[in-house]
Amino acid sequence: MNTSTLPNGARGTTAVTVSRPSMQWYLTLAGVVLLIVGSLLSWCYDEGVLGNVSLNVNPGPIQVFMIVIAVLTLFFLLLRGGLFPVLDRLLDSARALRALGATATAFMVAVVIVIALQTSGLANADPGVFVALVGAALITWGSWSLASDPTVDPVSVHMRGWVDILVIVALLAIVLFGAAYALGQEDGTVFVLFLSVLGGVSLALARSGLFSWIRVIAQRHRQVLMLGAFAVAFLFPFTQNGSDANMSIATQVIIFATTALGLNIVVGLAGLLDLGYIAFLGAGAYVGATLSYSAFATIHWKPPFIVVMIIGACVSATLGLIIGTPTLRVSGDYLAIVTLAFGEIFRLAMFNLDGNNGPNLTRGPNGIPAIPDLEFFGFNFGDTHDIFGIPINRFGNYYFFLLVVAAIIILVFTRLNNSRIGRGWVAIREDEKAAEAMGVNTFGLKLFAFAGGAFLAGLAGTVKAHQDVSVTPDQYVFLESAFLLAAIVLGGMGTVAGVLIGATILKLLPEKLRFVSDYRLLIFGLLLVLIMRFRPEGLVASHRRQLEFHEEDTELAEHVEHAHLEATAGSEGTA
Amino acid sequence: MSALLEIKDLEVAYGKILAVKGISFTVGEGEVVCLIGTNGAGKTTTLRTISGLLRPKSGEIWFQGTRIDKVAAHEIVSLGVAHSPEGRRIFPRLTVEENLLLGAFSRNDGGIKNDLEAAYDLFPILRERAKQPAGTFSGGEQQMLAMGRAMMSRPKLLMLDEPSMGLSPLMMQRIMTTVTTLQQQGTTILLVEQNAQAALGRSNKGYVLEVGKVVLSGSGQELLHDDKVRKAYLGED
Repeated sequence: MNTSTLPNGARGTTAVTVSRPSMQWYLTLAGVVLLIVGSLLSWCYDEGVLGNVSLNVNPGPIQVFMIVIAVLTLFFLLLRGGLFPVLDRLLDSARALRALGATATAFMVAVVIVIALQTSGLANADPGVFVALVGAALITWGSWSLASDPTVDPVSVHMRGWVDILVIVALLAIVLFGAAYALGQEDGTVFVLFLSVLGGVSLALARSGLFSWIRVIAQRHRQVLMLGAFAVAFLFPFTQNGSDANMSIATQVIIFATTALGLNIVVGLAGLLDLGYIAFLGAGAYVGATLSYSAFATIHWKPPFIVVMIIGACVSATLGLIIGTPTLRVSGDYLAIVTLAFGEIFRLAMFNLDGNNGPNLTRGPNGIPAIPDLEFFGFNFGDTHDIFGIPINRFGNYYFFLLVVAAIIILVFTRLNNSRIGRGWVAIREDEKAAEAMGVNTFGLKLFAFAGGAFLAGLAGTVKAHQDVSVTPDQYVFLESAFLLAAIVLGGMGTVAGVLIGATILKLLPEKLRFVSDYRLLIFGLLLVLIMRFRPEGLVASHRRQLEFHEEDTELAEHVEHAHLEATAGSEGTA
Repeated sequence: MSALLEIKDLEVAYGKILAVKGISFTVGEGEVVCLIGTNGAGKTTTLRTISGLLRPKSGEIWFQGTRIDKVAAHEIVSLGVAHSPEGRRIFPRLTVEENLLLGAFSRNDGGIKNDLEAAYDLFPILRERAKQPAGTFSGGEQQMLAMGRAMMSRPKLLMLDEPSMGLSPLMMQRIMTTVTTLQQQGTTILLVEQNAQAALGRSNKGYVLEVGKVVLSGSGQELLHDDKVRKAYLGED
């Protein structure tokens, strides 16, 4: 957020650029040089510490992080020096420099402590680590007293279209290679360090106002961003060279994200709190399993998979109608309780339909194992196929298929959000009674959202059954529903990008943080509390949600108005 | 004039408490009809029952020869009854234009754009601020928006629940003038007011409600000059 928006451009910057070669500027520059030099030197005699930082000129991963921070610092310093005046008007370099300095210093202090602890004493530290520490401290010191320079509201800045597109492409490339790099880190400590550096850098960039600029660009070129994001997701398997472990995680992430997107229609658009959503996914999965070619399947009818998908979705939607019809007539709290109970009833029903108490449909706690891989027109999902010489394994096949399912759900989501139905949902969220008085069929629209969400979950469930190989009741516990909700709240209710990010974080972290598995839930709890305290609208927020949480912020209200004017002007222009 | 809306022996209860105890009245086509009464007289309850937000305990509601007391609220709007609820109930975080478009939610025809213009012509300030979140509006502006929004469903009958509540005398005058304008344009209006002076002066008919019953009725001018009304609602001795 820009706290210092000047009304007519930022003519005030001239005052800052005149005093450019200030003492602080050179001090920070010296810090950057020291940090780079220090990171190129050895940090420690012992090569077993922090993924090997014992080599000169051949930096280990952590040293690379520090060099990245130093280069970013240099970029903002040059920005301040007046190298890119257009960008300088958009970004507040002083705040970014301070955040980068603080990150680098905190990080170097942590490194020194780790070296001291792991090698029993600082005697084993090499001079390089101290050079880098001094460099980081200098950056912090130098940037601390730099005056914040005024920036302009990014909505009012219009650059050439190709600059915007270039920024989007660069951003997506960073996401792709960042994700590939993060997944490639086997060492848990290095992964955590990568995350903390990422957090620090993101903070710095957020402080500089980069993200509000990117958000404006993203709104201007929504289609480009969507297509680009899809392309990145599509290209990801090709960066993995057939790695089973990473593609398995990626497939888990995409199933989770797809389900969360379905739930987002219910929670984010219609505003209904559904605490048992995982049961709809489970219903689809059980349909997929019982109608599969598994030797343990209890129904001996084997329709083609596309039919199974539709049946699974319809069974889920029917369950949604059964649950929704009586409860959606009353107000919100009851729905939460009923869906919570439904989730448990579903799990216990699947547990007990084992032939001892009633029909044998699910084989009870044993579940239905050995579900064979999908096969379309002779293309078996279990085989590894080479595309352009890069092996795409079993997980990769499911990944691509689920990507298509996710794309369908995203399409449904955005179409609904921008339709008359979407407007009705907004009205219901805002004031249900008033919406009713306006002629909005509140019950009908809520039921549509609820059953529609269940339909999409059922669809995803049938694919999940084949990907998971076996379906058992304990895959569909309340905790999973809670995680889905957490992904939505963390990422940003009612947005596609936010939920995708939230789902990725919530699914990726536990996979990579297995070494702290006992504390995973604790860490999630803390993360959610922090998000709710400092950014209640989620990581990616729709403007309307922001207004909900910051109602007295008149500047924000004006910003929303500008953005809105711009959006409508754009749509009229293309029409 | 034929009766557009007819209420027969309407009883409405909240749980065991009867809020409306058997009232009957008619609203003729093209009329402005006013319900006055103190707090708790059952005025708002009556409007909410007509628009289908509440269900009557007994009695009948007829609109254009159709019985509507068991019809769903959103269908009643489609039939041509618009309700501008008590306290305006605009959607504060939606823009003015989005609010207006929600008023036309029940419609699916091509005339919505024209009606949007008509609403802007009725209240030009709404056009100026079309893209502003409605929550940033003053009380009077919100009332204009609420009326404009109700008109967006192209109603035959517009029900206004206390449009003058909390407004400055000047703004109230503006709202009341609009009521007359709308009547001239052919909209029938059922008005609920505590401000009897302003409301009765513009009404063809008036009904005085007290604790859920109609205690007095007559033309607007008759009621305005009735001693009991003058004492109870106009504060004259």
